[in-house]
Amino acid sequence: MSHPTLAKGFVNNKPRAQWHDKALWFVREKRDRMAHGVPEWEELRQQASAIKIHTMSQLPNYLEQFEKNAKALGVHVHWAIDGDEHNRIVHEILQQHNVKRVVKSKSMLTEECHLNPFLEKNGYEVVDTDLGERIVQLRNEPPSHIVLPAIHIKKEEVGECFHEHLGTEKGASDPNYLTEAARNHLRERFCSADAGITGVNFALAETGGFVVCTNEGNADLGVSLPKLHIACMGIEKLLPRASDLAVFLRLLARSATGQPITTYSSHFHGPREGSEMHIVLVDNGRSGILQSPEFRRSLNCIRCGACMNTCPVYRRSGGHSYESAVPGPIGSILTPLKTPESHSSLPFACSLCGSCTDVCPVKIDLHHQLLAMRGFLDRKKLLGMSKKLSMKFVSGLLSHKWMYTTAGSAARTALRWLPRFAVYNPLNGWGKQRELPEPPKSSFRDQYAAHKKQSGDKS
Amino acid sequence: MSSSSRETIFTNLRAALPESSPLPDLPPSGPWQTFDDPFARFCEVLGTVGGDCQRVATIAEANDQLAKIEPYQAAKVKVSVVDGLGDSTIDINAIEDPHDLENVDYAVLRGHFGVAENGAIWVTDDTLKHRVLYFVPQHISLVIPASQIVNNMHEAYDRIEVGKHAFAGFISGPSKTADIEQSLVIGAHGARSLTVFAVDEL
Ligand code: SF4
Repeated sequence: MSHPTLAKGFVNNKPRAQWHDKALWFVREKRDRMAHGVPEWEELRQQASAIKIHTMSQLPNYLEQFEKNAKALGVHVHWAIDGDEHNRIVHEILQQHNVKRVVKSKSMLTEECHLNPFLEKNGYEVVDTDLGERIVQLRNEPPSHIVLPAIHIKKEEVGECFHEHLGTEKGASDPNYLTEAARNHLRERFCSADAGITGVNFALAETGGFVVCTNEGNADLGVSLPKLHIACMGIEKLLPRASDLAVFLRLLARSATGQPITTYSSHFHGPREGSEMHIVLVDNGRSGILQSPEFRRSLNCIRCGACMNTCPVYRRSGGHSYESAVPGPIGSILTPLKTPESHSSLPFACSLCGSCTDVCPVKIDLHHQLLAMRGFLDRKKLLGMSKKLSMKFVSGLLSHKWMYTTAGSAARTALRWLPRFAVYNPLNGWGKQRELPEPPKSSFRDQYAAHKKQSGDKS
Repeated sequence: MSSSSRETIFTNLRAALPESSPLPDLPPSGPWQTFDDPFARFCEVLGTVGGDCQRVATIAEANDQLAKIEPYQAAKVKVSVVDGLGDSTIDINAIEDPHDLENVDYAVLRGHFGVAENGAIWVTDDTLKHRVLYFVPQHISLVIPASQIVNNMHEAYDRIEVGKHAFAGFISGPSKTADIEQSLVIGAHGARSLTVFAVDEL
């Protein structure tokens, strides 16, 4: 289904869409405050981007180095070409250890590979232990955001869900009370699990170890009790040196939730005494993306979620409308790269405002890639006529300065004089819920020129 | 596992590698943020993430402060790996299975140094037998030398040897979540409180 169709229900519930919009904007503002508190923020982004671009240019070498060092630490290393193979490998390891119950901490990769349904089908009890993930798991739905999986759910709904599954009081919706109930429920699961599965935030070629970041401590609890730790990672997660972590840990939590660092940043190098550690390295389309000069920078993503928090379309349409493990701007690049046929509408869930590019901690040129993705899908003949026309219009507009300037002033006049139906018509999907702002009487360029004249060119 | 998948992945990766680009140098002194009073900054940031920092002259003084902490007073099962600070009701070195530590109410553990920019403390598993003690107790205290505060993460990585310990990490404040309507709740799965004792004579 197309993004506008999937978004309709969400958008039509106006108070809810506004509530969602606000909740994410609140996170975006926290991110801004944190970023402004670090004077060298832009320098950090620059470094992070350069480190990632370098790593990708040497990825096979770094992967070999990582594998060698991890093995030397006593870790079992596995390679999976796609999601199915990843799931099979995990299944085999669990079988070898006679595992029945698994606790999992948040991992977008296992979400991407649909590990949970696969394991459940094979008779395992799989419990997601991140609170947000547990909520969506109990509700039998996918996460709607990569960092805030339950951002679309109201506390009253969490209350209902917990009343049904965890026996909390009917009607209770206090987050403290509900979190306490989840804590007790999940403690039991932690203590009875036979294996812990985690994702990986960063893997280090230099040492063969990896870092997992959480606020709840669920990844750590999940792997420090049972005798088996399986870590699943995309092959793009590598960093060359341990010291590179300084750059990335400074950027990650500040960009994600506006915290100075996550509560726990755990560095794993080999198994605990008497237990086993496995790492599954997954390609699932990544090596193909690396071959594309147009889109390879999307592999630099560190999954902070900042681009979704700031995206006006994501905030108003909700994560589920993307039908993808990774929604929002970055998802609208990664997902159509993998499944262009079913996700051709995603790069159009974008107003090309460029806000995502501005906040991305690794400086991925997101809105340029989204535009390029439209061309990519067009070359694959996957676009309908209305999309093609609007594309021609936008690219023509952006490539001629005089046209852009004229179009701006025409829009300012038109917005004031056009009847409402011209702006809020069925062809303009994003007019549906958003009233356009009052157009300024003069453009910024005009105002700036007038101001300059007034102040006698002092500035 | 099939070794052929490994080969296929490497063949694909090498098929059209991007042009090589240099790895930037990251001098630990860098252009990075420093503070006039790193210790004050450390305590301030730790406070904003839900932790508490107490500066004391000696371990004996820390012990007096610990005795005043309510969760410590109420704790039934206690563990301390710091001589002279708090008691242990169980001998963790006699315990083989970490599951036997599920009911620990309060643990007093060691940290190595703090980071001013984010209130984090570096911990390593060589200071205690069961790493689960960082995560499973209801409340924890970390003890660090008051003189050991670095400005930022670059300085932090400059002084640690990553890879030396099977487990090591930064802990910044107690366990927390904001997954229900963005309301911050302290005590998601791990410790419900974190008190740092920064000791002058240690
Ligand atoms: S694309 Fe950039 S902003 Fe978006 S999730 Fe990835 S790293 Fe964060």
